[in-house]
Amino acid sequence: MTISEIIFYLFSATIIFFSILTVTSRRILRAAVYLLFVLVSTAGLYFMLNYHFLAAVQLTLYAGGIVVLIIFSILLTSHISQKFEPVGIKKQIFSAIAMAAGAILSIMVILNYGFNSLITVADNPTMNTIGYGLLNYGKNGYALPFEVISILLLAAMFASIVIAKKDKKTN
Amino acid sequence: MTAVIPLHYFLIVSTLMFFIGIYGFLTRKNLITILMSVELILNSVNINFVAFNRYLFPGELQGHFFTLFIIAVAAAEAAVAIAIIISVYRRFTNIDVERVDTMKH
Repeated sequence: MTISEIIFYLFSATIIFFSILTVTSRRILRAAVYLLFVLVSTAGLYFMLNYHFLAAVQLTLYAGGIVVLIIFSILLTSHISQKFEPVGIKKQIFSAIAMAAGAILSIMVILNYGFNSLITVADNPTMNTIGYGLLNYGKNGYALPFEVISILLLAAMFASIVIAKKDKKTN
Repeated sequence: MTAVIPLHYFLIVSTLMFFIGIYGFLTRKNLITILMSVELILNSVNINFVAFNRYLFPGELQGHFFTLFIIAVAAAEAAVAIAIIISVYRRFTNIDVERVDTMKH
């Protein structure tokens, strides 16, 4: 067992364990912190696959941005020590059956497919390559989705300001 | 370094994460926890994209770039969803999906 295998098992065990805790924890703030652990271990997987820029984006945007946003909204909308009532046993069982059936089916398909993975040298794409790819409109260029994403972000910013703004007439 | 770990290990991890997210989506009642389950689902899809890109097409970067775009879409979605949640909270003073049902009638 090599060191990278051990690290991989560590990260995947963290991901699975804290994912389960995220969806079953009855205290909402703890669930958010468990989600943070899941996202950080996912960034670790990206580091293992040698995509350093992607791992950095995952850490700053997901673990740094979205989790902080979620924690802020938790603090605004619910009491910190509030506990959820336990989920009904019937709902729990049926959801677990649906989840297990889907997971088993997908895992069987994955195991039977037999991917011919041709990994050679795992090189990290440089910042130059990523920048040219994002702004290039020729072959292997992603200028159009880049522009669409920038418009989407602008629209989302306006939308969230307009929606969350206090209405003067009702208050 | 990654050659010792087969591709389907990554796929199994992301599959389990995806279905745990679906379980949370089905059982949770609080809007913010539902949003957290959706984040889990999006994140598992990202792992799939990145692993396929690295193992099956190591010379190209499609999976890499689409993971970047998915992260941006997830950030936009989280911002709008949290704005909606705060607006709902102001109107109903709770964010329980079973008690916010005025528009159903």
